[in-house]
Amino acid sequence: MSPAPQPLPPRPPHSRALPALGLALLALVGASFWSLSLRWADFLGPQALGQMGHFLAGFFPPETSGPFLRKTGWAALETLAMSLIGTGLAAAVGLLLALPASLSGGALATLLHAAARAVLNLLRSVPELVWASLLLVSAGLGPLPGTLALALHTTGVLGRLLAEALENVPPEPAQVLRSRGAGVVPVFLFATLPQVSAQWLAYSLYRWENNIRAAAVLGVVGAGGLGQMLSFHLGLFQMREACTVLLAMIGLVALVDALSAWLRRGA
Amino acid sequence: MSAALVASAVAARDPALQRRWLALLAAAVVLWPLLVLAEFQPWTLFDARSLRVTGRFLAQFVPPRHDAEFLALLACETWRTVAIATAGMALAGLIALPLALAMTERLSVSAVGGRMARGPAWLRQAVRACTVVLRSVPELVWALVFVRVVGLGPTAGVLAIAIAYGGMLAKVWAEILESADAAPAQALLGHGAGRLQTGLYAALPASAHELASYTVYRWECAIRSSVVLGFVGAGGLGQQLDNAAKLFAGGEVSAILLVFMALVALSDRVSAWIRRGLA
Repeated sequence: MSPAPQPLPPRPPHSRALPALGLALLALVGASFWSLSLRWADFLGPQALGQMGHFLAGFFPPETSGPFLRKTGWAALETLAMSLIGTGLAAAVGLLLALPASLSGGALATLLHAAARAVLNLLRSVPELVWASLLLVSAGLGPLPGTLALALHTTGVLGRLLAEALENVPPEPAQVLRSRGAGVVPVFLFATLPQVSAQWLAYSLYRWENNIRAAAVLGVVGAGGLGQMLSFHLGLFQMREACTVLLAMIGLVALVDALSAWLRRGA
Repeated sequence: MSAALVASAVAARDPALQRRWLALLAAAVVLWPLLVLAEFQPWTLFDARSLRVTGRFLAQFVPPRHDAEFLALLACETWRTVAIATAGMALAGLIALPLALAMTERLSVSAVGGRMARGPAWLRQAVRACTVVLRSVPELVWALVFVRVVGLGPTAGVLAIAIAYGGMLAKVWAEILESADAAPAQALLGHGAGRLQTGLYAALPASAHELASYTVYRWECAIRSSVVLGFVGAGGLGQQLDNAAKLFAGGEVSAILLVFMALVALSDRVSAWIRRGLA
């Protein structure tokens, strides 16, 4: 005799919003493809594919002559320096802006809080590349606008994260020092800062990993480093040189990722 | 002895003072060659000529250009930016789905009885390496390359987002599929279901919400990145911004920046709303 069948569990509730959302997304995708008038024939036709293969084959072998490798090495160092200085500046200025952004209390504090938040949001919402293209107007071509662009965007990101960290710091150590008569600066340096410094370092390292990627491509608008070399050689259809620069980019990013992971384990 | 006196005596000698100064000195020694390498001379921003150019450029920012013709152009380019991101994401999904299913170890038939057979293990490693290649080249570089192949225009932007985001989606989708409860997939595989059946009836339903909400978040990122892609000639708001900045047209730059910020804020809201609806 077989055991009585177990009753099936109830059907999961049926959502009506989900199909509607799916249809809306599908319509958006359809409208996107339709309105862009993409040139698939140029890309997927047999002749175009052959051309594409020819184009890609042009990348190999990468250019390995001594002088060119040295030039690529210097550009890679320049990219590394840009990312380090940009992140370092942002870590310092971000901390300075995070102080008012973490204030709360009286009327003046509220005003400063709102102003600092607005500045940080503005800095953060403009991408590095857009900052770089605007800074080119006043700083001219070269690594300086790139470094400053990285610093501006990263200041917004780090400042916001740090303001949140500062708001969540337990206030007791600061109160103890203050009740002992220590001034504002020593209280910050010896009670508040030590509690967020580990987070500060961790966020900065994380942003550094991001910024090395950004620094590598910033040059495309003329802001120095490997990106500038890449867009220069691609513009002249010197594919083998471009391939070397691309390999240097990928290697540099991998190196920084490894270094940052090592520092993080040590910290 | 008063409390204040004790405090000042303690504050006067910081036991770690020497170490702090040494650390600062070491940092300065490392920083110096970096500053030279990056040609970091911010004072050049403040010489008379550069101040004049910057001042003239910034003075034009207010008011932003707002005649009907320009606003119509902006609306058109904004839609184009969204369309590039959306079409790119759709293609990225098509690229990522087979890669993610192939990478997921949960769906391995040979792993049911114990260890995975050597062939499938190698195949999974190969697919993983393939997604690493797709991901490790930034989308801006893909766009630069595709602009050379298909010419200026949105096609290059769509392809760049499709390839870079395809690699990224494949990796994260596979991770999400791996992190779900293994029991349903093992039960189906153990009863003789195929890989695709197991994927559709065990792995996908268990993590559908997480997959969808990550994809919507990535779509939001794609909108931001499609603006940036315009700078290398892939069309949309970025290309207009690049042109306006090169012509020192301050009013146009500020108008485009305002539209861009509104677009980012809006896509942020929409994506948060969709993700809340999915949860």
